[in-house]
Amino acid sequence: MPMDEIALDHGHDAHDHKPGFVTRWFFSTNHKDIGTLYLVFAMIAGIVGYSLSGLIRWELAAPGIGPMLWIQTNFFGLEGDAAITAAKHFYNVVISYHGLVMIFFMVMPALIGGFGNWFVPLMIGAPDMAFPRMNNISFWLTVASFILACISMTVPGGPGGNGFGGGWTLYPPLSSASGHPGPAMDLLILSLHTAGIASILGAINFIVTILNMRAPGMTMHKMPLFAWSILVTAVLLLLALPVLAGALTMLLTDRNFGSQFFIANGGGDPVMFQHLFWFFGHPEVYIMILPAFGIISHIVSTFSKKPIFGYLGMAYAMVSIGVIGFVVWAHHMYTVGMNVDLKAYFVAATMVIAVPTGIKIFSWIATMWGGSIEFKVPMIWAIGFIFLFTIGGVTGVVLANAGIDHAVHDTYYVVAHFHYVLSLGAVFGLFAGWYYWFEKMFGVKYNTFLATLHFWLMFVGSNVLFFPQHFLGLQGMPRRYIDYYEGFSTWHYVSSVGYAITLLATVVFFVLLIEAAVRRRKATVDAHGHGNPWGEGATTLEWTLPSPPPFHQYNELPVVSGKGGH
Amino acid sequence: MRHLIAALSASIFAAPAFAALPVDGALNFQPAATRIAERAHEFHNVLLWVITFIVALVTVLLIWVMVRYNRAANKTPRRFSHNTTVEVIWTVVPALILVGIASLSFPNLYYQNVTPNLGEIAATSKSLLASGKTAQHLAYTKNNFPDAAEKGFVNIKVQGNQWNWTYSYPDITDDTGAAIEFVSNGIHKGRPGDKEIYEANTGRTDFDAQPVNLAVDYPMVVPAGRYVRYYIAAADVIHSFTIPSFSIKTDAVPGRLNEGWFLVEEPGVYYGQCSELCGIDHAYMPIEVRVVPQAQFDRWAELMKAGDFDAAATSVMNIAGLETQTKFASNN
Repeated sequence: MPMDEIALDHGHDAHDHKPGFVTRWFFSTNHKDIGTLYLVFAMIAGIVGYSLSGLIRWELAAPGIGPMLWIQTNFFGLEGDAAITAAKHFYNVVISYHGLVMIFFMVMPALIGGFGNWFVPLMIGAPDMAFPRMNNISFWLTVASFILACISMTVPGGPGGNGFGGGWTLYPPLSSASGHPGPAMDLLILSLHTAGIASILGAINFIVTILNMRAPGMTMHKMPLFAWSILVTAVLLLLALPVLAGALTMLLTDRNFGSQFFIANGGGDPVMFQHLFWFFGHPEVYIMILPAFGIISHIVSTFSKKPIFGYLGMAYAMVSIGVIGFVVWAHHMYTVGMNVDLKAYFVAATMVIAVPTGIKIFSWIATMWGGSIEFKVPMIWAIGFIFLFTIGGVTGVVLANAGIDHAVHDTYYVVAHFHYVLSLGAVFGLFAGWYYWFEKMFGVKYNTFLATLHFWLMFVGSNVLFFPQHFLGLQGMPRRYIDYYEGFSTWHYVSSVGYAITLLATVVFFVLLIEAAVRRRKATVDAHGHGNPWGEGATTLEWTLPSPPPFHQYNELPVVSGKGGH
Repeated sequence: MRHLIAALSASIFAAPAFAALPVDGALNFQPAATRIAERAHEFHNVLLWVITFIVALVTVLLIWVMVRYNRAANKTPRRFSHNTTVEVIWTVVPALILVGIASLSFPNLYYQNVTPNLGEIAATSKSLLASGKTAQHLAYTKNNFPDAAEKGFVNIKVQGNQWNWTYSYPDITDDTGAAIEFVSNGIHKGRPGDKEIYEANTGRTDFDAQPVNLAVDYPMVVPAGRYVRYYIAAADVIHSFTIPSFSIKTDAVPGRLNEGWFLVEEPGVYYGQCSELCGIDHAYMPIEVRVVPQAQFDRWAELMKAGDFDAAATSVMNIAGLETQTKFASNN
C-alpha cells in the first residue's frame, strides 16, 4: 500500500513557484517539463515522419511513377528524364528519412524521453532525475540532431538530387563517397552521432536514477514494471549505441579521410558495416518496444483492478529479451553470404526470443483473468496492442527461419512484420500511455468519445494498411520500390486506402488535443484528494499526486511498505 | 477494388502451371519452380498453421476475458498474481513448439544453402539402385537429381551493377577462349521513351507484350533439368539476386563471391527483381531467367558465341515444348 499519508506539496507554494517561460522551457532541468518537451518534439517529428509515409503510400497507390514525378515537375520545375531521375531519388530519400525520423525522433523521444522522464521519477518516488542538467542537454541535442537530419534532406546527396537515399540502414557502399558523394550523408552521420550522444546521456541518467533514487522501501523487486522497462531499455542503449557510433565514425572516415573500412577495393568489407549496424539495430528494436511493454503492464493491471500477473516473470522476461537481443543481430543479414552453420545458430537464437515474449503476452491475459475489467480508453488501446503485437510477433518467428527468409527477405512481408510490431505495437503502446497519463500530465481531461474514435480508426486503418503487405511480400514484392509490376496493384491500393483511414485517425487525434486545450475540463480528484481518475486499480505512486503534479514533488520521500509498488 | 474478388478467386483456382509472375490479389507465394521452393513452401505452410493457431488462441483468450471478466460480469476482482503451473506451461510449451519448428527449419536451410556434391549424388543413387533399395531411392531422388548430377553443373557468374546484371558462362567459350558474357538490362525504366530505346537497341518489336518492370533485353538462359550453380558479386554497391519462384536470394556484395544453386525442371520464363536498395534505378533492374530444353540452350549458346546476341535472345523467345508462350497474358 503506497503511502497514503505523505505530506504532498499542498500549501507549500513557496517551493512550487515556476520559473519564467524562457527559463522554464529552454533551460529546463525539471524532469516533467523535459518530458513534456520530448512529447511535443516527438509529436512534431511524428508529423514529419507520418507525412513522409503519406508520400510513400500516395506513390504506391498505383503502379508507375506518379506523385513523385508531379512533385518534381511542379515544385522543382524539372522536366523529362531529369524529372524522372529526380523523382526516383526523391522516393528513396522519402523512405530513408521516414524510417530514421520515426525511429530516432518519434518513437524513442516519446517513449523514453517523454514518458520515461515524466513517470520514472514519479513512479519510483524520486524528486527528479539524478542529473537534471544532463537531462536538458539530452533533450536539446535531440533537437539539434533532428535539425541536422532535416538540413541533410535539403543538401546534395547522391546522383539524382538532394538528401540521402540509401535507406535508414545506411549500408555502404551506397552510403560511401562512391554511392552518395554529397554532404547529405555526412550531415546525417553527424545527426545520428548527436542523437546517439543524447540517448547515451539519457540512458546514463535513467540508470543512475533508477538504481539510486528509489523511495525508501522500494526494492528492485517492488519497482513498477515501467521503471523496469526503462532500466532495461537504458542498458540496451548504453551498450548498443557506441557500436553504432563506431560504425558511423568508420563510415565518416571512409567518406572523408581515405580510410577503407567498408570499401572492398581497399581491402575493406561492406558486410562488416552490416554486422556493426545490426549489433546496434537489433537491440534498437527492443529499445523501441520495451517501454511500451512497461506501459501496457500498468494499464492492464489498472483497468483489471488486479495486480500484474507474474511480476517477476514479467520483469525478467524484459531482461532476457534485452540479453538475447544482443546475440541475434545477423538474422537481418541471412542473404549476405554467411556460412550456413552461422545462419543455423542465428535461426535458433532468434526463435528463443519468442519464449519471453510469449510469457509477456500470456501474463497480460492472466492479469485480466479474474479481473473486473473497465474498458476505459487506455485499456482499449492496450488490448489492441496485445492483439496486434501478437500478429507482429508470430510473423517474426516465420522470418527467423533463414530457409523462408531467403524467399521473403527485403520484401513487403518484412515491412508488414516490423510495422506490426512498431507502427501497431510501439505506437499503440505510445497512445495507450498518452491516454493513460494525459490527465496526470496536463491536468485536464480529454474527450473520451474522440479518443475511442481515434482508436477504432487507427485500429482499422493500420490493419488495412499493413495486413495486405504480407500478401505482397509472399508474392515477391521487394521493399523500397517506387514502381511495381501491375500484378501487385490490388494490395498496394488497399494498403494506401488503409493509410487514408489512419490519416482520419490522426486528424481526430489533433482535434482531441485542441478540444481538450480549449475546454480545460478539470482533472479528477478522488476521495483521498489524489489526482487519480482510474480508481483502486491505479496503485503506482504517480496517482497519489495531484494532476498535474506540483513543479517539485516528494519533498518528503514517500515510503513504500509491504507488498505493493507494482 | 472492383476486380479484387475476381482476382482473388483467380489466384486460388488458377492452375499453377509454372507462371512465374506475381498475380494480382494473390495471397501466398508464387508457384514453386524448384525443389528448394517446394520445400520452403511446405515448411511455410506448416508454420502458417502454427502461427494462425497462436493468434487464434490469443484472440480467443482476449475475447473470453473481455466477456467473462468485464466489470458487469465480475464485480469483485480476484487478487491472485501467481500460478506456477500456468507459468511453467506457457514457458515450456512454446519452447517445445520452437524446437519442433527448428527441426523442420534446419534440414530445409541446409538443403538450399549447401551446394550439392554432384559426384556423391550420382554415386549414392547408383548404390541404392544396385542394392535394390527402391523405396530409399525414390525418397532420395525427391531432393536429389542423379540424371542431372551426371551432367555436372552449369556455372554462371552473376555481377550486379548500377542498374543491370552481367551474366557470364565461364564454361562456354568461343575459339579464342572468351566466355559468353552479356549485360542484361531491364527494358522499363519508368521513362516515356523506354519503348523507343528498346526497339532501337535490340531491333525487337515485342515491347508491349513484355511484363512491365520485369522483362529484360537479354535474359539469363539455363537448360531445364540441370544443376545450375551461380557465383555472384557486385561492381559498385550491394545488389541482391532474387527469383521468388525459385525461393533463392543471394546478395551481390563488392569484394565477396557468394554462391548459390538451383535446378528447374519445367521450361518457362521466371522473373525476379533486385532486392537490396542500390540507388535510383533499384526498381528497374529485374531478373529474367528463361529455362529452355538442352537443345535450345545449346543453340542459344552457339549464337551467343558467334556474338549475335539479338538472334540468340530471339531464339529463346519461344520455348520449345511449351503450349502457351505468353503465360503472363492470362494472369490478369
